[in-house]
Amino acid sequence: MTKTVTDVICPFCGTLCDDLEVVVSDDGKQLLEVYNACAIGAEKFLHSQAEDRITRPRMRQEDGSWKEITYDEAIEYTAKMLVDSKKPLMYGWSSTNCEAQATGSELGELVGAVMDNTATVCHGTSLIAVQDIGIPSCTLGEVKNRADRVLFWGCNPAHAHPRHMSRYSIFPRGFFTGKGHTGRKVVVIDPRPTDTARVADVHLQVEQGRDYELLSAFRIAFRGEKLPDVVAGIPKEQIYEAAETLKSGRFVIIFFGMGVTQSLGKNHNIDIAIAVTRDLNEYTKAAIMPMRGHYNVTGSGQVWGWQFGFPFAVDLSRGFARYNPGETTANDLLRRDEVDSVFVLGSDPGAHFPFSSVKKMYDLPSVAIDPHETPTTEVCKVHVPVAFVGVEIGGCAYRMDNVPIETRKVVEAPEGMMTDEEFLDRVLARVKEIKGV
Amino acid sequence: MAEYLIKNGFVFDPVQGIKGDKTDVAIKDGKFVETTAVKNPKVIDATGKTVMAGGVDIHAHVAGAKVNVGRSFRPEDKLFGFKAGRGIERMQGGFSVPTTIKTGYDYARMGYTTVMEAAMPPLYARHTHEEMRDTPILDQGAYPVFGNNWFVLEYLKNHEIENTAAYIAWLLRATKGYAVKVVNPGGTEAWAWGLNCENVHDPVPYFDITPAQIIKGLIEANEYLGLPHSMHMHANNLGNPGNYTTTLDSFKLSEGIKPNNKFGREQVMHHTHVQFHSYGGDSWANVESKAKEIMDYVNSHDNMTIDMGQVTLDETTTMTADGPFEHHLTELNHLKWANVDVELETGSGVVPYVYSPDIKVCAIQWAIGLELALLATDSMRVFLTTDHPNAGPFIRYPRVMKWLMSQESRDQQFDAFKHKDKVIDATNLAGIDRELDLYEIAQMTRAGPAKSLGLAHMYGSLAPGLEADVAVYDFNPNEPYAPDTIETAFSNARHLFKTGVQIINDREIVSNGNKRTLWVNTKVNENAQVMRDVKEKFLRYYTVTLNNYEVSGHYLPNPYVIEVDATQ
Repeated sequence: MTKTVTDVICPFCGTLCDDLEVVVSDDGKQLLEVYNACAIGAEKFLHSQAEDRITRPRMRQEDGSWKEITYDEAIEYTAKMLVDSKKPLMYGWSSTNCEAQATGSELGELVGAVMDNTATVCHGTSLIAVQDIGIPSCTLGEVKNRADRVLFWGCNPAHAHPRHMSRYSIFPRGFFTGKGHTGRKVVVIDPRPTDTARVADVHLQVEQGRDYELLSAFRIAFRGEKLPDVVAGIPKEQIYEAAETLKSGRFVIIFFGMGVTQSLGKNHNIDIAIAVTRDLNEYTKAAIMPMRGHYNVTGSGQVWGWQFGFPFAVDLSRGFARYNPGETTANDLLRRDEVDSVFVLGSDPGAHFPFSSVKKMYDLPSVAIDPHETPTTEVCKVHVPVAFVGVEIGGCAYRMDNVPIETRKVVEAPEGMMTDEEFLDRVLARVKEIKGV
Repeated sequence: MAEYLIKNGFVFDPVQGIKGDKTDVAIKDGKFVETTAVKNPKVIDATGKTVMAGGVDIHAHVAGAKVNVGRSFRPEDKLFGFKAGRGIERMQGGFSVPTTIKTGYDYARMGYTTVMEAAMPPLYARHTHEEMRDTPILDQGAYPVFGNNWFVLEYLKNHEIENTAAYIAWLLRATKGYAVKVVNPGGTEAWAWGLNCENVHDPVPYFDITPAQIIKGLIEANEYLGLPHSMHMHANNLGNPGNYTTTLDSFKLSEGIKPNNKFGREQVMHHTHVQFHSYGGDSWANVESKAKEIMDYVNSHDNMTIDMGQVTLDETTTMTADGPFEHHLTELNHLKWANVDVELETGSGVVPYVYSPDIKVCAIQWAIGLELALLATDSMRVFLTTDHPNAGPFIRYPRVMKWLMSQESRDQQFDAFKHKDKVIDATNLAGIDRELDLYEIAQMTRAGPAKSLGLAHMYGSLAPGLEADVAVYDFNPNEPYAPDTIETAFSNARHLFKTGVQIINDREIVSNGNKRTLWVNTKVNENAQVMRDVKEKFLRYYTVTLNNYEVSGHYLPNPYVIEVDATQ
């Protein structure tokens, strides 16, 4: 007999769908089917069943080969590495639960680490913009129930957040949006003709890197002022028309992604997009929301927010929390040789950081905590496989609109495997022992 | 557990009627006991010092989504507020929105041991609980907001009190909440369309109900259930010149309703941060104090309690579920603005604000808050708050005490205002020479709030049987003092005990305590209609499933459940 677990939360992206159904074997050890999830989410669950999964920590040898070690040995290596470092970098935290993040923060505090999360290479710029100008936003249910104007800007949910459009933004019928997608006007601003652009009413194919100009033109158009004939590759008539479409809505939502957070302009792009949203609130109701990637990158920003006061790039090395993106961000530290060891949990900088940073990681004492084999695990000295959060252990995660949801355990982890939190707890205890506190 | 005897202090305990007498206080097994009941206590010498029960804060924004927005979007708030970890203290940061860890320690340093989070959006309840879990020492509870909740709007449109009550009971359980909070009833729902409800008869768009119906209905539902705290109210039209009439209209909705509870609470409405609701005039040019009119009403109606919302003349971070007000504020000061509207439930906004002594309106606001407390005839019903961090950070409570206890300090502050004469003209404070004493301060910060919360059986007094929460301050009430001495002494408790555990010894924090989360579990008759409505709304309009909504025990490692039986 099999059993079906309902209301399962998907630990893949910031959409954090919570309506999955997972079929597991009677003994709870095997995960058989995943329903309602997108292809990527389903794969995340099913991947936990891979037969070649690594289930024990391993240490790289001089000749480059791996040697299996015990969890105790991995804990000892990690604790010593952190205690011996003047300024360790503890990076990642986006694919784990808030409980592990909270324990990790305590550990970081004790060893004087720099804590950074994946926002540093995705929505960190958005967080900086919010510090400049604020952010009028809402929960995704407000979008579902009220939004009649939806703007996707520099993002492609059709591929990156596959169920976003059907659960929240374009297709669902909500309380005041009974006609579903036919009651909504969808605008996409993107230099690429993406699959999201294909379902839009209007696609403004902005010239690469000229988003700031286009957004600025929107602010001018709202006020009925004059525009040049073409701005950022878009004829002014189209801009006036799109601006009017937004102004005439009852509830406008702007979603934005890494197409603008990490292109030229960075936080300034987001500044002006938020200013556009503020402007729209003079005429109607408008909100804006970053399309957060990892399922709990938002959570790590929240945990550090309440523990340290900053959402990313938190430098604890002086005994109190400091924050200065550009100085205390992971890549800047690595490339300036300012950290002397690297601890990675819940992300894959090996795949996403510039090669010069990855090379530094390779040269330093380093530990990667990850259920998968990744480019990061391949450049670290020690790889500690752990249970999948949201599959083999529950815990709190924050959706892209900052709504916290408790993820569920649906299947047993392979025997003898630790969770992130257990591993961090053990390292914390060992660090306290070594430091005599 | 260790036994303690706090000897020879000047004790202030309104519940027992002790007005500064030299009395010993004994602690055993986490509770106060008769001094004869301790055998071999550790003695704390309190000679020449003031002894009070642990402070109880009825209204502060210290945990949850909007508080964390305030922290994360204001790195500048950390510039001067950081503190390195030391001993058992973890690192701390922030001024107007301190980190959770600093929040716990700073309250403890002031001798406070119980703090209620004043607005919890139900959908964000987990977040609030996560932050409270990470706040050391303090016992805490949180008030879920109900005044713009679609269930409530729909039930109360038809005056369905029993259904409203059943829904309240369900939501308190689902969110592990403590009390019924109302913020700008109807107005925040209107804000979801960029609108507002500015008085109690302004209709809520679509829902065909008025704020007056919401307020009255929620008071009735609250008494139907017999909850420990009354309906906790933030009225419409906050912060606008001339709004005192809206406030009085809101007060009047409680008339004729009698409290029904087993917790010793005597009010049916607690109106919060009344300073923001006591303005006359019709523009910022002629805004004036209407504290007298407000207090005339409060003094003559014993079925309500209020708190001050005292402006402290600091740079701070305003945050409230009153979404339209925060938009109004950002239009006023052009500083950064955060807003979150929460599906089916509520909204909120956050805007930094500078209460400058050089700005006439800020100085008038400062005076109005103090007038409220000084015109009160019963300090058991008027509580000291700053609506932290809205009118100022909670660390200023001792400064507010100074202003309340010393006319000299108020005169000094008047002299520091740029528009002193205009402020005096627009307010009554300069003509008030009353100086509160420590007994009245103990009423406003301990006994009163504890009683209003329905927690007089646990907090607010040193009577045997109550939780052993007690603070010892370096203040001798029998000797002459300079006003600033009050602030210094009450900012730095010499000793503090929380449920019998010593938290502060000789001004040093020595324990993180064993903090508890208070919530109210209400038993009601089975109500098939409400449960059907809940299922339906979750299926169609929420973005989380019903089964993923309830906050599990996992988030409350040390809960304290107050059981209420409303099945009769």
